[in-house]
Amino acid sequence: MRYDVCLLEEPMEAPLLSIRQLTVDFHTDTGDFRAVDGLTFDIPKGRTVALVGESGSGKSVTAQSILQILPKRARISGGSILFNDPNLPAPVDIASLKPEGEAMHQLRGGRIAMIFQEPMTSLSPLHTIGDQISEALLIHADVSKAKAMQRTMEVLARAGFPDPKRALRNYPFELSGGLRQRAMIAMALITRPVLLIADEPTTALDVTTQAQILDLIKELQAETGMSVLLITHDLGVVANIADEVVVMYRGRIMEAGSREQIFRNAQHPYLQALIRAVPRFAMAENERLTPIREVKSAALAHAHAPERPQPQGPILKAEGLTKCFTLRSGRFFGKPRNVRAVNGVDLSLPVGRTLGLVGESGCGKTTVSKMIMRALKPDAGQVLFDDGTGPKDVYRLEGKELTAYRRSVQFIFQDPFSSLNPRMTVYEILTEPLRIHDIGTPDERYERVKQLLDMVGLDQRSLRRYPHSFSGGQRQRLGIARALALEPRVLLCDEPVSALDVSVQAQVLNLLKDLQSALGLSYIFVSHNLAVVDYIADTIAVMCRGYIVEEAPKSTLFRNPVHPYTQALLAAVPDPDLDRPLDFANLRADRFSDPAGWPEPFRIPDGEFGTMKEIEPGHKIRVGRPAAQEAA
Amino acid sequence: MILFLLRRLATMAVTLAIISALVFFIIKLPPGDFLTNLIHELRAQNDSAAIAKAEFLIKQYGLDRPAWQQYLIWIGAMPGPNGFSGLLQGDWGWSFEYDKPVADVVGDALWLTLLVNLAAVLFIHLVAIPIAIYSATRQYSLGDYLATFIGYIGLATPSFLLALILLYYMNRWFGVSIGGLYDARFAGEPWTWEKIKSLLSHLIVPTVVIGLAGTASMIRRMRANLLDELGKQYYVTAKAKGLGPTKALLKYPFRMSLNPFVADIGNLLPHLVSGSVLVSLVLSLPTVGPILLSALKNQDQFLAGFILMFVAVLTVVGMLISDILLAWIDPRIRMGGGR
Repeated sequence: MRYDVCLLEEPMEAPLLSIRQLTVDFHTDTGDFRAVDGLTFDIPKGRTVALVGESGSGKSVTAQSILQILPKRARISGGSILFNDPNLPAPVDIASLKPEGEAMHQLRGGRIAMIFQEPMTSLSPLHTIGDQISEALLIHADVSKAKAMQRTMEVLARAGFPDPKRALRNYPFELSGGLRQRAMIAMALITRPVLLIADEPTTALDVTTQAQILDLIKELQAETGMSVLLITHDLGVVANIADEVVVMYRGRIMEAGSREQIFRNAQHPYLQALIRAVPRFAMAENERLTPIREVKSAALAHAHAPERPQPQGPILKAEGLTKCFTLRSGRFFGKPRNVRAVNGVDLSLPVGRTLGLVGESGCGKTTVSKMIMRALKPDAGQVLFDDGTGPKDVYRLEGKELTAYRRSVQFIFQDPFSSLNPRMTVYEILTEPLRIHDIGTPDERYERVKQLLDMVGLDQRSLRRYPHSFSGGQRQRLGIARALALEPRVLLCDEPVSALDVSVQAQVLNLLKDLQSALGLSYIFVSHNLAVVDYIADTIAVMCRGYIVEEAPKSTLFRNPVHPYTQALLAAVPDPDLDRPLDFANLRADRFSDPAGWPEPFRIPDGEFGTMKEIEPGHKIRVGRPAAQEAA
Repeated sequence: MILFLLRRLATMAVTLAIISALVFFIIKLPPGDFLTNLIHELRAQNDSAAIAKAEFLIKQYGLDRPAWQQYLIWIGAMPGPNGFSGLLQGDWGWSFEYDKPVADVVGDALWLTLLVNLAAVLFIHLVAIPIAIYSATRQYSLGDYLATFIGYIGLATPSFLLALILLYYMNRWFGVSIGGLYDARFAGEPWTWEKIKSLLSHLIVPTVVIGLAGTASMIRRMRANLLDELGKQYYVTAKAKGLGPTKALLKYPFRMSLNPFVADIGNLLPHLVSGSVLVSLVLSLPTVGPILLSALKNQDQFLAGFILMFVAVLTVVGMLISDILLAWIDPRIRMGGGR
């Protein structure tokens, strides 16, 4: 065998990073805790290794160990992290370096760089992008400030900034989430590291932006030949960009192997369970997700909807909702801008059904749900609610009728951490709606609360506990129980699972489904996650820039998306199915969220609303210039 | 920016007008102010010269006019017996208690007050910030506990008590009198190099005494703020870049934690004048505090009114300064919006 052939064969080449028997301990007041337990894996040169697991599985701690930026109470208590820097004659054991030593400072940000999940909080709001990015280069290379700025501009341009020169002077809050993450990537790559650690780099981003960022990382990897350690809980992302996969659970490796092995032939029950818990597009009509830990509820089985008159038509209807916001402009002299957040939105929610509202951040979906709640007054249009006595305009309700409406429509919030008062016990949280509406005696309330807790699968012993002692999924179930306290007819769910882990997400989605069939609830389900909406909704409305661009029963929508925006959105969702890879080339265009840039007949010029056109039963799309259409 | 400043200046003027009215009428409210007492006394003497003086005083200060006219004359918005002559024109009025113009009574005291308290503020920041950084970065270490402990003692000790103790022991051990702001022999002398040296050496004890409580509370607040910021993601980013710990700390979390203190400047400035009254009394510092106290007790209306107005102006100007500084150091405020 010739020598160069030998080099080409991967197994023969030493890996860039090899972790052997790594153990990390946390020392806390309540005792020691082993976050990473005897971890062993390799990161080969130029490849992408995905570290997969739920939160608390130790994947982030592993990444922090490689950079030695562990929290103060954590310590590497065993094992080695051999870093085989091609620029150095011999491998270094990172685990034995001093965290604040010179050698570690050289590696950190220089040879090994890291990007984080939250691009907003990862950048300092007080310093310009240019300052923060060039700083990384100034630390590691002996260059002048001017040269560093020059290089920063180049790397920003490479990371896809439309106007890199201006970006130098921008502050992070002036940029969109996608651009912020691009700035983070630029900051990590300006020193040309050999290893990039990406900790959930796209979790906080919209799907189309996620696809673009993943594409960028892939491209840059091909260009520079660096290795990537990708930390994620999204199996769809893993299937699309990883070469090798390591699955972690409670600090240990459950399964490791090439992407093919893992997805085609998952061996370990944990991995199989994880794969089953993720909503996919290709699911059968009545297939149920299988959460890793199923929640049992006795009350749910014989719960039923209260006897009350049912409306003839849809229970909730929105007609021509429109809302404009006036934004203060950035500079002292600038004129205030008008932003049309919602443009003529029509929605209709039948009894006992789920309407999914999908769109990317800033598309106006939350504004719509606020207007339905009567928390925000629309500029035009009306919301009609029918409690069985005929539709009534929600904005004309007063006194008793309004109180009744408030009881009938309840809200489930996105963030289970900030939506529960940390100083109230579970009992107080769940009885608060009853106390506000003055329902029942204390004894009756107590009974009701016990029943509610059982309905969402929580133990009655939790009544005296405070929210902080619950996990994210349990808290979200508390939020659902609180929303159910007043026996509502409609639940507005604003991204109820987007802050949760996949395994817990399946739990909460199933609970919502069960509650709906038991109690005859109607849901408006707002989400940016298409697969989740596909799993739970009956009808789906796709929103973009304040317009509903397409609305259809879910089977139709996913089988036959017509609007270019819907198509782009669907194409951007990474599927944990190796046979349905993302079409990155198609997603690079970035023209699909601009109504004036859509091809005819979908193009909507500025200042126009366009009209909805029904192309098959229940399937409506928005087209521009109705007059031109009719003439043609 | 200019528009913003103009708007702010207009609001400031309105605020000050309202405050001045409040100050004037509240001082006027209870019967028996210094001037009426004086006039009663003069009249009771029942001799023509005294009555003539009483009449003169009544005319001079417009006591025969309704209160609102007296107010307008005081602030200088209406011609009094001497034409327009009020606060707006720089005529601060007459102190009856001292029988001197207010400007002469307050004069030096005002600048000395500012000097003492500015020194105290500097002392607070110079001592508190390094200690706070130390104890925040080494949370729950021995040093942190020690700083916390001393901080609590500083918070709990009344500063006048400390002043008394220092006064006694300095005299006993070193035979130095630390009362006053300069040696007694310089009183009334013009400012010479000798006098300034004496002033500086006398400044040390009041600075420490006045500053101690502030230092303690500043350490606590700065430490808490910094601890919040140290947990933030951008600090981890800075460290992941390879930035050294000290540099990363000063550039990112420390700067973020400064905002509340800049916002505090508005409260700090008036405190410079009206704070530390007790300490000034105990150490017999020639500052405004004791003067204000006696002016209020004797209802020496123009003197009290002027000092209160001065404090009000400092407050409003302080707020403006802190707003401008905040906008300068924090782009999120400068640009409006932003999360």
